[in-house]
This record gives sequence, structure tokens and C-alpha cells, in this order.
Amino acid sequence: MPAIETKNLTRRFGDFVAVDSVSLTVEKGEVFGFLGPNGSGKTTVIKMLTGILPISEGLASIEGLDVASKTDSVRERIGYMSQKFSLYDNLTVLENLQFYGRAYQLKGKALENKIEETIADNKLNNYVNRLAGRLSGGWKQRLALGCALMHQPTVLFLDEPTAGIDPVARRQLWDLLFQLSGRGITFFVTTHYMDEAERCSHLAYIYYGKLIADGTPDSLRALPEVTPAGTHRFEIAAPAITTALRKAKEMSMLRSATIFGRSIHALVDESVEQPELEDELHARGIEFEEVRPLLPTLEDAFVELSQRRQAELEIAS
Amino acid sequence: MTDLFSGFTAVFYKEVRHMRRDRMAMIFALVMPVMQMIILGGGIDTNIRQVKTAVYDASGSSIASEVAGSSVSRAFIDRLRNSDTFRVYKYVHSDAELTEEMVAGRASVGIKVPENFDRDLLKGNQAQVMVLVDGSDSSVATAAVSVANSLGLDESLRRMLPAGEKSPVEVRPKMMFNPASRSPNFFLPGLMAVLLIMVTVMLTAFSMVREKERGTIEQLLVTPIRPMGLMLGKIMPYFVTGIVEFLIILFFMRFVFLVPMHGNILILTLLTTCYLFVNLAIGMLISCKANSQAEALQYSLMTMLPSIFLSGFMFPRETMPLFFYVVSHFIPATYMMQVARGVILRGAGLRELWLNGVILFAMGVVLLRVAAAKFSRMTV
Repeated sequence: MPAIETKNLTRRFGDFVAVDSVSLTVEKGEVFGFLGPNGSGKTTVIKMLTGILPISEGLASIEGLDVASKTDSVRERIGYMSQKFSLYDNLTVLENLQFYGRAYQLKGKALENKIEETIADNKLNNYVNRLAGRLSGGWKQRLALGCALMHQPTVLFLDEPTAGIDPVARRQLWDLLFQLSGRGITFFVTTHYMDEAERCSHLAYIYYGKLIADGTPDSLRALPEVTPAGTHRFEIAAPAITTALRKAKEMSMLRSATIFGRSIHALVDESVEQPELEDELHARGIEFEEVRPLLPTLEDAFVELSQRRQAELEIAS
Repeated sequence: MTDLFSGFTAVFYKEVRHMRRDRMAMIFALVMPVMQMIILGGGIDTNIRQVKTAVYDASGSSIASEVAGSSVSRAFIDRLRNSDTFRVYKYVHSDAELTEEMVAGRASVGIKVPENFDRDLLKGNQAQVMVLVDGSDSSVATAAVSVANSLGLDESLRRMLPAGEKSPVEVRPKMMFNPASRSPNFFLPGLMAVLLIMVTVMLTAFSMVREKERGTIEQLLVTPIRPMGLMLGKIMPYFVTGIVEFLIILFFMRFVFLVPMHGNILILTLLTTCYLFVNLAIGMLISCKANSQAEALQYSLMTMLPSIFLSGFMFPRETMPLFFYVVSHFIPATYMMQVARGVILRGAGLRELWLNGVILFAMGVVLLRVAAAKFSRMTV
């Protein structure tokens, strides 16, 4: 039984279709990355899956339970961390935990134990009596995660959990997510960071209400739409990068070239294989350290997919 | 899980803690009412006294004397001064000067005794006194005109009746419930209604909006907390605050401003409870409707003005144009005004005031249901 499943999930606001017939399957224990531009319907999907927002059409289920008809049972199983870490700034760390514990109807000893456990798990010991508003971004987020996990949900929805926090805290949070997913918790995460998307075991990309990609990061990068027909990519590492680029651009086999750090990403005719490319570089006196085939990045993939979808939409209208 | 009020305790504890941390809100709730009472109870006197008056006495100006005026006109002016309504701060010597005093706003009343005042009186003609009144403050103007009229009437009677004769009819007004016509007695019971709505509506209005602004509301909606549990959990602490505020107001009214308490405090408390309930429901409704604290503040202020001006607090409802009179029936403060003045000043009890309580309670129930409906649509 999948952790999350939707079939033709649709949400309308008047005439506007915010989410258009989205079908998804997320397996248990997956870290599922849900991507898309701002306003493309990510949060709306989460709100429907968590039962906050009624579904206009289609079905959604969590661990086999229909969200619309079994909302209460679904809510016992899910946790949710909204965009702006849902904490109360003028309550202390302990008080925030107490509140969410009580909200999930934990009482007395059970509540105390669970709070102690959460504090220990998230290493919040030194901050117990600090106001949540005085915590740094990373700690706030740990607390928010702790609060969302108080009732031991098996599916956790995180809406842009790392927006506005530093890289170290970001890395720590993701490590924590993987640790928890190892225990069988399923994560549904939205993000704008490509490095985070890269770490997900399963990705989907939604563009103005429509799901336009669904698969592993590798399978998305390998999509034929992402690499134009008759071309493939190489990465050329070179010591004198700007001179190399200037000279390389004179080569006719090169469709386009861009500098990424200390190397050039080159889109080359499909007929040209790696040895030929290396020979050509030698012939032109371009110094290089290494040439290797390159898959498009996820960013390349999403930009390419969005542009295609946009073109389709324009033709349609 | 199926409990309709699920989450009440969690929300209640949380709100109480929020309140304890939010010192400004506490000051707003408990100190501001006291300040308002001091201003209205101590600073305002509705009885018109000592109106600044300029006098131009032209009579007998032919007679050279230090103070212009004849003895007859002077006697009349003295009686004006003794009325306590007028305070003559200046004698002027021409029409132009008198007008200037009025225009400059230095005098609220200008009295001109014309040249032939004495002569007309002696000849048995009708003597005239001109009283100029600054109409820009209507309550002062009304009082000044009526006092001047009655003094004129008095003066006329005195001259028509043979000496020692009494006037045929004597009116003896007796001011019931507020014999000394003290302003605090009139203002403070009404002010209680205004202060309670001001504080409780605003505090409650902010409470739900804050969750929206912080983005915590979605989080709450995902928990097993039910809308009713959430709303009541949020309302309860403010209800308690409202009761405490009510007691503070009552204390200051009775022991600082010495407003007598003629009725039963328990009955007043009971009816006030109904009133608080309405206010909290209004606050909740605003909170569910508004999207930001600024918006909530504006809505709250919108409830404030009608409560002050149309409830009978400032101006009697009976003299309102029909439209506003009808509108005043939909303002909770109208009923609380009647309750507060009724119980405190007139010693009225449930027999006279039960309907007010019922109306308030009904209003509260309706508004809370509207708020609940609004709340369930809020997520969209």
C-alpha cells in the first residue's frame, strides 16, 4: 500500500484550476521532493492531502485511507510543517512542545515522556526555556520538526522546510530526514533548492497546476526532452578557462558552451564522440585536464520542461 | 476524536501564556480603562458652568462714571453673574469690541444692554437685552440661551408682580437617581459598556488573526483540534480578562468616583456576562474575517464608534433621526448602557432588565455561529 496516492486530484477556485488532475504515488519510506515554481499549486496539493482544503475532483489517500471521508484517521497519521515554521514566538521551546502534545491529546506522563524524548532527539536540551522567537533558523526548524512529530505520524508534509536557513542547518535537517525515513516515515517535501531535490529518492515537478515530470532524479535528467535531439553534453575541465572557452567557441561541432566553475559545459553534435572532441581540442591548442560526458543537471531539466510546457500552453491559447 | 470541543484545554493554556507574555496587551486591557475613567470621570462636567461672558452695557453711558451702566442694568447683570452659568470676564465699550470678543472665541456669550434700557423700563415699554451666543458649541449655547431666557422671565415677573407677591405657579424639579446632577454618575456606568467592548473585541480580534499571520493556523487545522475547541479556547481567557476589567471599572466607579450603587451587583455581573459574550463573538467574527492585524484593528474601530455615538452613551437615542434610532437597536452597547445605568443608578433588577440580557445572549449566539461558519470557510 503506497504512503500517499492521488488520482486525478483537482482543485478549482471559481474558474481557476489551481491543481489539474494530478496523479501521484509515493511509496512508504520515500523522501519525495515536490517541485515547481511559486504559485504552481504545491501548497494547494499539500492542503488537500492534509484535509485542510476540500478536494474539487479526484481522490487522495494516505496509507490507503481516503482523505475526504476518513479525515480524522488520516490526521492521526500525518504531520505537517508549514512554510513559516509554525511555532509561537512568545512561547518557550517547552511550551511549544506542550501545546502540540496537548493538541494531539497527549496527557500527563505520556505527554512528559514524549516531550523529553523529542528534546533529546533534537538536542534541544540547552534551549528548553528559551522563547522560540529567540532561536536561530536552524534550531527553530528542529523545534518545528519536533512539534510536527510529537504524535508519531508516519507521513510528514514539509512545505519549504529550509527556506531562509543557513547551509549547515539545511544539511543537518536533510540528514535528519533520511535518518527518520530509515525508520519508515514517508516525507513529502517541497523545495526550490536543486541540491535538495538531488537528494530525494523520488521527484515530481508541477507547473501551473499540471504535473509534468515524475521519477527519480536520474530518470528526470535522462528525459529525452531535456537534451535537444542530435546533441549530447560534455564537461571540459581546463586550467585557463576563459581562453579555452574563447577558442572552443570557434569549433563548429559545438552548439553551445557555458562556464561552470572551473569547467566548460558544452553541448556537442551527437556524431562527435569523446576522442574526437579531445583531438579537436588538442588540434586547436586548447589546454585541458579532462573531458567527460555530462548529464544535464536537474536545473537544466526543470528549465527545459517548463519552457516546453509554456510553449504548449501558448499554442493552446 | 469526535469530541466537538477537542483541543479546548491545549488552546486555553496556550492563550493564557501568550497573554502573560504580551505585556502591552495586558496594559491595554487593564490600565487603559482606568485612564479613560479618569478622563471622563474627572475631566468632564456636562453641567454648563461659568461660561465666559463679555458685557457691553450701553445704558446710561451718557452719565460719566467709572463703570458704565445704570444701577438698574447693573442689578440685572449682577443677577446674571450670580446664576453661576455666566462668568463676566470683561466689560467692553462698543459693539465692535463685543463682536471682536466673540469672533476671537474669548467670549462664548456676549451681552449687550442697550442705551435706552433704563428709559424703556421706566416708561413701561418693553426693554430689550441682546444676548449673543456662540453656536459652535451646541451644549453651551443651549444652556446659555435657556438660562438667559429664564433670567429675563424672572426679571419681567419681578417687575409685574406687586412686591411680596408670589408667582402663581412654581415648578419644583427634583432630579431622581442623580440628585446632585454629578457628571461621573451619568458618564461612568455608560463608559463601562464602551470600555468593555473596546478591550474585549480588540483582544479577541487579534487572537485568531495572529495565527493567520504567523502561518500557524494551517498547523492547527491539521491537528485534531476542532473549530469550536479552538474558538472557545481562545475566547475563555479574554472572557476572564473582561470580567477582571469589569470588576476594576466597578471598583474605581464606586470607591474613587463615588458613584452610588443602587442595584444588585450580582445582577449587573450576570447581565454583563451576556454583554461580554457578544463582544467576544464580535471579536471572533472579525478575527475570522480579517487577514492581518491591521485589518482587524480597523474592523474593531468600526464597532467602536457606533457603540459610543449611537448607544445612548453620548447622545440620547430618543432624539436621533428614525434611521439611526433603528440602527441603535442592533448595537449591543445600547442594551448594556440600559443595564449599567439601570442597575447602578436606578436600582433596577431582572424584572426590568431581563429582556436586555436575552437580546444580548441571542446576539452572541448568532454572531458566534456566523464566526464558526466563516472559520470553516477560512482555509479556502
